[in-house]
Amino acid sequence: MRGKVWYKRLYDWLERRVQLEGPVKDAVLHPVPRSTASWWYVFGSASLVLLILQVMTGILLALVYQPSAAHAWNSLELLNHELPLGWFLRAMHGWGSNFMVAVVLIHMAQVFLFGAYKYPRELTWIVGVFMLLMTLGMAFTGQVLRFDQDAYWGLGIGASIMGRVPWIGGQLVHLMLGGPIINGATLTRFFALHVFVIPGTLLAFTGLHVWMVLKLGINEWPMPGRIVRRETYVQEYNELAHKDGIPFVPGAVWKDLVFSAAILFAVAVCAAVFGPYGPKGFPDPTIISTVPKPDFFFLWIYTVLSFLPPEMETPFILIAPVIAVIVLIALPLVAGVGEKSWWRRPVAVFVLMFVAVCWGEWTHLGTYTPWSPVMNAWSGAPVPAELLHGRTPLERQGANVLQEKQCRNCHALGGKGGERGPALDQVATRLTEDQLYRQILLGGGNMPAYGSALSPAEGTALVRYLETLHPGYQPAAEDASRYVVGDGGRVPPKSTVERGAGQTPVR
Amino acid sequence: MDGKLPSPSKQEQAERLQEERVSRRTFLMNVGIALNAVVALAIATPVVGYVLGPVLRRKEYLAWIPVGSVTDFPEGETKLISFQNPFSDPWDGATAKIPAYVRHSAADEFTVFAINCAHLGCPVRWFSESQLFMCPCHGGVYYADGSRASGPPERGLFTYEMKVENGKLLINAGQMPTLKNKARMDCPGAENPVSSQIVSRIESCAERSGTSASTIG
Repeated sequence: MRGKVWYKRLYDWLERRVQLEGPVKDAVLHPVPRSTASWWYVFGSASLVLLILQVMTGILLALVYQPSAAHAWNSLELLNHELPLGWFLRAMHGWGSNFMVAVVLIHMAQVFLFGAYKYPRELTWIVGVFMLLMTLGMAFTGQVLRFDQDAYWGLGIGASIMGRVPWIGGQLVHLMLGGPIINGATLTRFFALHVFVIPGTLLAFTGLHVWMVLKLGINEWPMPGRIVRRETYVQEYNELAHKDGIPFVPGAVWKDLVFSAAILFAVAVCAAVFGPYGPKGFPDPTIISTVPKPDFFFLWIYTVLSFLPPEMETPFILIAPVIAVIVLIALPLVAGVGEKSWWRRPVAVFVLMFVAVCWGEWTHLGTYTPWSPVMNAWSGAPVPAELLHGRTPLERQGANVLQEKQCRNCHALGGKGGERGPALDQVATRLTEDQLYRQILLGGGNMPAYGSALSPAEGTALVRYLETLHPGYQPAAEDASRYVVGDGGRVPPKSTVERGAGQTPVR
Repeated sequence: MDGKLPSPSKQEQAERLQEERVSRRTFLMNVGIALNAVVALAIATPVVGYVLGPVLRRKEYLAWIPVGSVTDFPEGETKLISFQNPFSDPWDGATAKIPAYVRHSAADEFTVFAINCAHLGCPVRWFSESQLFMCPCHGGVYYADGSRASGPPERGLFTYEMKVENGKLLINAGQMPTLKNKARMDCPGAENPVSSQIVSRIESCAERSGTSASTIG
């Protein structure tokens, strides 16, 4: 003992009592196949680092946050504007969650592509599936704690989905909301979920997940032709790890460390540049001029929900997620052996690409929601002047009706307005006068009927105006039979081609 | 590591376990486990009751709430109102208020629509010029009488049970309407939906001789 420097003596004193050196050394120095020291293997550790970041920033936010429906929004505003660097912590936590969802998904895609879920790592994957669900649960409950209008109506959407469950739907809604409506009890409930229940479980599962990675070894780089067999795999892996292996530290860990640092830096940069998320409008349900929207990782669900026909909605919402989770859990049990290399797994590669493309496209659509009426288009987007030139007073009155009756909320003119219905710039080339009347008065094809909301005079003016909406080189659609039957056998006017398409000036 | 306890060898462990298998010590350990199980059950039962509290409550969260006098609502118009949730706590803040639409269609005919779209509960907006309710979320549209016009909703707007007393309009509210917890029941075939019998959480149509739902088919 004598002769050693003081910190070495302190270390020895501690080590004699905690005796952690052995297990830690085992974990740190365990051999891993040389091929796993790759930049592709850094996403799992980055997820863990982001989880720790979320826990730390979450605790710091909890010092100030008020889980009360009456005060939550104000406490967020206080964090944003009054406490020094409160905005930065909120931004770190918000961007940290974005990065965490993204990195977890990338980690999952990589594990899937590398066949790492196969024998003997099936349970590691299954535990990971639950960790993904918990990560998404954290994202949703976190969005609720940012108690603004989006949170309030997001809870409404959650409750409405719950309310579709057969038999016990009503009770589930009350259980979820902590009562019959969204109020203070709902927020405290989601606070407990977000701060205690889900993170506690997630941390426990993370411990188990990492433990299994240590015990079963890091998945080797998949090579075409190297088949996973239950009888021989463990032996082959051990051979690989020992003959062509390196100790995990420092051989493989340095890339994890570098990537984690880069991710943390990226979170900090995003937080500093883009700032915290919201809170958006004050969560007063009587302010109904709001367009609720979920955070980006749930936009794809928001999109899917707009495309389902009414009769498909309930079965789809209730069955699809269950099937998805079952498929994910069953994957390693069904495909637990065989080829790991993506060169030999075309279906897996295609499925991954398909899911990624769908997710990307749905998320993209969810950002501009073409299916929603633009609520202020009728008052905010005037009819373009060039679509009023040369019109008769009656036709102009029709343009007025078009604007007043909120047609623009669903129909664009000059690129402005809703996209729920078709743009009307050239509607006259598609519909004849009679068809226009029929469509407006009776609706159909997802358009409401306006028969009771339009006086005959308004209807006439509107159709007269719509009849003028065609380019100069293409006449309005006409019902040829009208001329023959209704006008004593008069010959219909010359067709576009006979008159020379494109020859007439554009009006 | 000089301070480490030597762990018994595999064989030693097996032998010790063998002799402990039927002994007083093992019996007492099992008694201890059983005691813990009983206590855990005794503790868990009220905890489950506590967690399920919001579900086990009967309809006592519903109450008749005055939303204004009849003269506040001109005939032929649909007005946005808001009312205080019948049972609220100070920490509910602004969420204690709930908006709704009152439609005065004819002489003494009123309908009170819930704000929540029947699709996913978003707040619908009333457009008096086109006589439509439009939802900002997924484009559900309803006619002035609340019936579905277009979009993903599978039914019309939810309506509250209402009555007029001493010139005041009252609604029976206190619950967010969803497909399973409707603001009030819809009785198929009934011209005027009957006021619900408050017997349990599950709303049912009042028994009517001959044509009640249970006797059809």
